[in-house]
Amino acid sequence: MHDKTLTELKAGLLAGDFSARELAEHFLARIEARDGALNSFITVTAEQALQQADAADRAIAAGEQRLLTGLPIAHKDIFCTEGVRTSCGSRMLDNFVAPYTATVVEKMAAEGAVMLGKTNMDEFAMGSSNETSYYGPVKNPWDTSRVPGGSSGGAAASLAARLAAGSTGTDTGGSIRQPAALNNLTGLKPTYGRVSRWGMIAFASSLDQAGPLGLSAADCALMLQAMAGHDSKDSTCLDQPVDDYLAALDQNIDGLRIGVPEEFFPENLDGAIAESSHEAMRELEKQGARLVKISLPSVTLSVPAYYVIAPAEASSNLSRYDGVRFGYRCENPRDLEDLYKRSRSEGFGEEVKRRILVGTYALSAGYYDAYYKRAQKVRRLIRDEFVQAFKKVDVIMGPTTPETAFPLGAKADDPINMYMADVFTIAVNLAGLPALSMPSGFINGLPTGTQVIGNYFQEGRILNVAHRYQQATDWHKRIPGAFQ
Amino acid sequence: MAIDNQVMARVAHLARLQIDDRDGAELSRRLNDILGMVDQLQQADVDAVEPLSHPLDVSQPLRADRVEEQDLRERVLQLAPASEDGCFLVPRVIE
Repeated sequence: MHDKTLTELKAGLLAGDFSARELAEHFLARIEARDGALNSFITVTAEQALQQADAADRAIAAGEQRLLTGLPIAHKDIFCTEGVRTSCGSRMLDNFVAPYTATVVEKMAAEGAVMLGKTNMDEFAMGSSNETSYYGPVKNPWDTSRVPGGSSGGAAASLAARLAAGSTGTDTGGSIRQPAALNNLTGLKPTYGRVSRWGMIAFASSLDQAGPLGLSAADCALMLQAMAGHDSKDSTCLDQPVDDYLAALDQNIDGLRIGVPEEFFPENLDGAIAESSHEAMRELEKQGARLVKISLPSVTLSVPAYYVIAPAEASSNLSRYDGVRFGYRCENPRDLEDLYKRSRSEGFGEEVKRRILVGTYALSAGYYDAYYKRAQKVRRLIRDEFVQAFKKVDVIMGPTTPETAFPLGAKADDPINMYMADVFTIAVNLAGLPALSMPSGFINGLPTGTQVIGNYFQEGRILNVAHRYQQATDWHKRIPGAFQ
Repeated sequence: MAIDNQVMARVAHLARLQIDDRDGAELSRRLNDILGMVDQLQQADVDAVEPLSHPLDVSQPLRADRVEEQDLRERVLQLAPASEDGCFLVPRVIE
């Protein structure tokens, strides 16, 4: 059963080929037997999963199958879940059980999803390798000596190893798309404001967005259909009608204009990575798409702009962890100042502290204009260039990542090199656009991905492009050998 | 602007983080590397550009000033490391 997509499992449940309980038991047994090699789950919620599965079976028997009824999903451990620990990959929240449930989790549960557990991640979503987690690194199922990417590394590894049938993730600078590319998955970051951030632990609030990771574009469409929509509890969530993503999948792409930015194919880019994306675009050309050369000169400043804006917002968001109201508190504080400083220094890991310090510096008196304000101006330049480009093209494509999965530890001591893992994904977050990564081949046995960026609220269009590509190719169907 | 030990100590205090002298030098070096990378922003000509905070330039919506949240005091206080009589407990501030 684990080799099937969500879409296939949904049909199997309706046809009575297996029950939701059998499905949940099958995946729980796989997690039990196989996750030791990956460390992709922080918490497994077997009892809850079986209860939800039984409810799903009753719903199916009553003819009340909804979008996700009985489908086994894993949630990134950044989404608050009432009654189940939400750690955000941090010692700070090792003991935190939220008194409420995130809108994303609630909406998917309302559509009948079965939650298998909470997946591992970089601490507070700050990382591109899942090595900053308090719960230890996650391994890539394609080669367990390599990283799965991050920050949604557990979400991607568990799904690639077929320990879950679908996953949620969050993407602040590439945290859905980069691990999707490194694990041969389809992963979508929606338009900023398309999905509610309520109950999703904040990293950089003007960039964070939740989205699905799936085995295909069709699976992402199914999950996004359940996740998207206005939520008055998130004041940045936009009140726009939700498109029918499933209906969009099969649309004809004859005449589709694909923008190919020269900045996404720099001279020093690995030739095999470039070729994989060019080959994907050639496949779409066969179906009637047209390639248009474009230029987005300011995207070359995405990484520096991001590494001012994201740490600045993080330093503000993470000031709430003070050892007073919830989360970790140090032993025997001398006074209040000591309580704050030691609780935070002991509760946060190195990368999180680094980013808090950078952000605090960038926002401090005398430096605000030179760093934060300037970065926000560059952000507008980047956004405006995309807006201009979308007057001429329907989607923009290029590689998702500059390289395939790197060995564990290879960049752990080199933050700037690590930051470059997101060089092609970050601009999209700064501009607030929707984008997905789809599997587009293998290099030395390791998966690589191609990114499809859409205009605002054009999630249906980019899913359509990925689906048409997946109808003509079978990269996305490959399963890592050790996890067949 | 380079981060030296003095700047580091000031920023760490603002962030309420405790930095050991042992780690301070290494951390300063790392932060200076990051700021060096970020300095590429100085190349951009942004004199006539307005800062962008929401990608869709949307402003915050208003709602009626009505209480909609339930009273969660008891459940929220259970999360606190220490509480008493409906309040969060911290070390004595005033002698």
